Amino acid sequence: MKQPTSPPRWAQRLLGWYCKPELLEDLQGDLQEYFERNIRSKGVVRARLIYIVDVFKFFRFYTIRKPQFIDLLIQWIMIRSYVKTSSRNIVRNKLFSAINIIGLSVSMSVALLVIAFVSDLVSYDDFHANKERIYRLNTLYESIGEQKPITLASTSVKAGRKIQDGFANVDELVWMRNGFGGDAHVGDNVIPTGGLWASEKFFSIFTFPLLQGNPATALKEPYSVVLTETSATKLFGTTDVLGKNVKFDTINYVVTGVMKDVPKLSHLRFELLVSFSTAEILVAKTDPNFNEWHSVWSNYVYMLLPEKVDMQTFQTNLNALNAEENKKDNHAKFTISLQSLRDVSLGAHLSNEIGPKVTPLVVWIMIGMAGVIVLSACFNYTNLSVARSLKRSREVGVRKLMGAVKGQVMGQFITESIIISLLALAFSFLLFLFLRKQFLSLASFLDNLVSLELTTSLGVYFLTMALAVGFLAGLLPALFFSRINVLQAIKNLATFKVFRHVTFRKALIVVQYTLSLIFITTTVIGYRQYRSMLSFDLGFKTENIVNMKLRGNSAIAVTKVMSELPEVVDISKSLMVTSLGSMHGTQVKYKNSDDSAMVYLNKVDDHYLNIHEHKLVAGKNFTLKPKPGEESEVIVNEQVLKRFDIAPQNPEAALGEQLIVDKKKLTIVGVLKDFHYGTVEHEISPVILQYTEDEPGGYINVKVASKDLPATLAAMETAWKKIDKVHPMEASFYDDQIEQAYSQFSVMVKVIGFVAFLAICIASMGMFGMVVFTTETRLREISIRKVLGASERTLVYLLSKGFALLLLLAACIALPLTYIFFDQVVLRQFAYHASMGVVDIFLGACLIGALALIMIGSQTIRTARSNPADVLKSE
Amino acid sequence: MKGTNLGEFEELVLLTIAALVNDAYSVAICDELEKVSGRSAKLGVVHAVLNRLEEKGLVKSKLGEATSMRGGKRKRYYAITAAGKAALIRAKDVRDQLWSMIPGLSLKCI
Repeated sequence: MKQPTSPPRWAQRLLGWYCKPELLEDLQGDLQEYFERNIRSKGVVRARLIYIVDVFKFFRFYTIRKPQFIDLLIQWIMIRSYVKTSSRNIVRNKLFSAINIIGLSVSMSVALLVIAFVSDLVSYDDFHANKERIYRLNTLYESIGEQKPITLASTSVKAGRKIQDGFANVDELVWMRNGFGGDAHVGDNVIPTGGLWASEKFFSIFTFPLLQGNPATALKEPYSVVLTETSATKLFGTTDVLGKNVKFDTINYVVTGVMKDVPKLSHLRFELLVSFSTAEILVAKTDPNFNEWHSVWSNYVYMLLPEKVDMQTFQTNLNALNAEENKKDNHAKFTISLQSLRDVSLGAHLSNEIGPKVTPLVVWIMIGMAGVIVLSACFNYTNLSVARSLKRSREVGVRKLMGAVKGQVMGQFITESIIISLLALAFSFLLFLFLRKQFLSLASFLDNLVSLELTTSLGVYFLTMALAVGFLAGLLPALFFSRINVLQAIKNLATFKVFRHVTFRKALIVVQYTLSLIFITTTVIGYRQYRSMLSFDLGFKTENIVNMKLRGNSAIAVTKVMSELPEVVDISKSLMVTSLGSMHGTQVKYKNSDDSAMVYLNKVDDHYLNIHEHKLVAGKNFTLKPKPGEESEVIVNEQVLKRFDIAPQNPEAALGEQLIVDKKKLTIVGVLKDFHYGTVEHEISPVILQYTEDEPGGYINVKVASKDLPATLAAMETAWKKIDKVHPMEASFYDDQIEQAYSQFSVMVKVIGFVAFLAICIASMGMFGMVVFTTETRLREISIRKVLGASERTLVYLLSKGFALLLLLAACIALPLTYIFFDQVVLRQFAYHASMGVVDIFLGACLIGALALIMIGSQTIRTARSNPADVLKSE
Repeated sequence: MKGTNLGEFEELVLLTIAALVNDAYSVAICDELEKVSGRSAKLGVVHAVLNRLEEKGLVKSKLGEATSMRGGKRKRYYAITAAGKAALIRAKDVRDQLWSMIPGLSLKCI
């Protein structure tokens, strides 16, 4: 093959575009001369490269063509002409316009939703005047020889103090602690509420304006409380409450400030703030480790750094502090690090997060899905426009004859696509308003996370997106039409290659269908996996069990009232509800006093095992019913025996062995068959059950036998009111709670399902359009074939063969991809999952296939049945 | 006024144009400069200088005849103007004057 010996065309064109006409010719000649010289001395490739570099080098002030006023004026006049002809075209081709406007508006409404969502996430905590300078301390917790290290959003009080005292470049520092809550007593008024403990610098770091009180001193004294406007109104009926008293438990707190409500897009959320000095007094009493380096679980430290802070020095200091403190502890390492407030609500996943958190991956997935749908709709536009080239090339030819240059033809086609995308924007905005409501009600955490409210900047984003989409969709048709050869278009349309770019168009269809197939298969597999999670054999029974939160009431009293209901069969007590994702852990040792391990714990009474139908491998239920603090029995699962190597092959032999739990010696009286303490994503771990008779912070589990479950719940509610008038009853069926625990998956399935639905609709519309245009163009050919004796069946086969092949190709790409993705990536995340069936994989494909075949079939049959005489006569 | 003084490279280019007489176009100027001075003269630099000299009125240019060389593009030939000539002579005078002030002995010592 002969190497091209001319400089790259695009570089030549670029030069011609920017260079002043009076300088151009000479410059072109010079570059050409050098180019020829370089070919001889350095070879073609380098010569071309040098040419390109030179073209860019000559982009200088004295060579650039200055824009001329008259050009701008012509542009302006032409835009009006573009708009006029474009709108005529849109009105004339109703099917074409409808397919595009519907497709684009549906896809854009999803994009609008994603834009609103992301823009909300990005603007989290923007109301803090010093957002850029606020940092939080995170803690990396590494326990020697155990588990994976975890990063916590929380840290120790000691770390905060060390930094405040020892570090030079910290402007302000605040420490907080979560978990303040209880019943607030104001006179006879009792209202449950909660919030954070926070130290006095809170208001100088964060921008939460105080309506009343002094921000500098409000959180200084012990037993001071700052209320939000809403909670003040709730407690007192007014916001004018400075100096009034609120009672929690037996302690009086003085209201030292009233602040504006916390904005929705704040990662810190609370109804009230209590001075941290209170926590130092109250918590330190019960927790001797309060001020220790390793007490990192519920404290948060935020700081305000100076504008020009030397992060390197800061990090060096931090490292020194970490090294010094971690010397003292041999079992675990706690390494603190800084995190900017910008990354707090949109960043990597952390444990013990104080507020809502979304990982960037989720955002990228959403953007990706919206992008795919929008792109799919753009493909439709491109495909259909190019397919119509036969009808429009004569128009373009005339335009060019009248003197239109390439740029103007492109301008016209781009204007047309932009008008369509703007029309679509109007429709999609209405759809967006509807979708927004649906999206927020999809799951409570979404409603909690974002508001999706309309702002000016959001409007600007929407418009920008519509323009970008219009440009993108129109670009290829514009390029295509602007290159049309005038003479060919005017003189002899028959030689005009209508089916040019067919491969390209086919490729677009395959891409569309591949994506649709991936989405629908994902939905089907995801849904089946989700169902199998709900009906998973957890190792115990959950049917007809109502778990009721005690909310501080005595379990014995509540049990007494509930057991009076006729529907109630049996009642047990428990510290927590298993299999929902929440966990309680404790340190357990066996003989060898060095080997201690974290073991999950539940405290239950002697009815618990029966109600949940747990299976005992060996031993028996609790029998002693001891008073609190006198427990001596423990029931373990098989994993505990494995972990401590207590007669692993023979559970019977493990009975009577002693475990040391929280420094107490407990005898193993029973061994449970393994069950799922956590969710099915996690492996089954060691679990112990301890006896409890009354756990006011826990639950009672009520087994009911009733046909009318809602009525039973209502009866329970009435019974509950007899005991607790302040707190509403919080009770739900175990099965519902499990469904709730996996609600994130149901949300995912719903979202992906919706996206799949849209993708299929858009791809189908595009396919429909293509089929219509192709059959229309081939109408004469079909008629001639018919006259010559072709049967309807062969004609339908002829017309639909191509499309069916495309579908098959798409399926061949999409299905293995999805399968591998699930097999290798998604399902690996779940320790226990059902296997994928053949049905799961092919169901979606069959559905799409059927849909497409109906569409193709109906059109081709119509064409095949047309009367050849009518068609041929009219020519 | 800034435009009245010649830069060192401007002076070289101007001299080259004068030396090439009827064949002074950009590529030839580059080649000649390279040949005489021994240092590489980049087209971009020379082109910019030529443009500046023309703006200052020291050279004038016209397009030549089209040939099949250079991809059919015409060459732009440069010729020195009276002002250019004056500027060259002035520059030479300044140098001559300074040279004449150096005693022969001390120059040899350096």
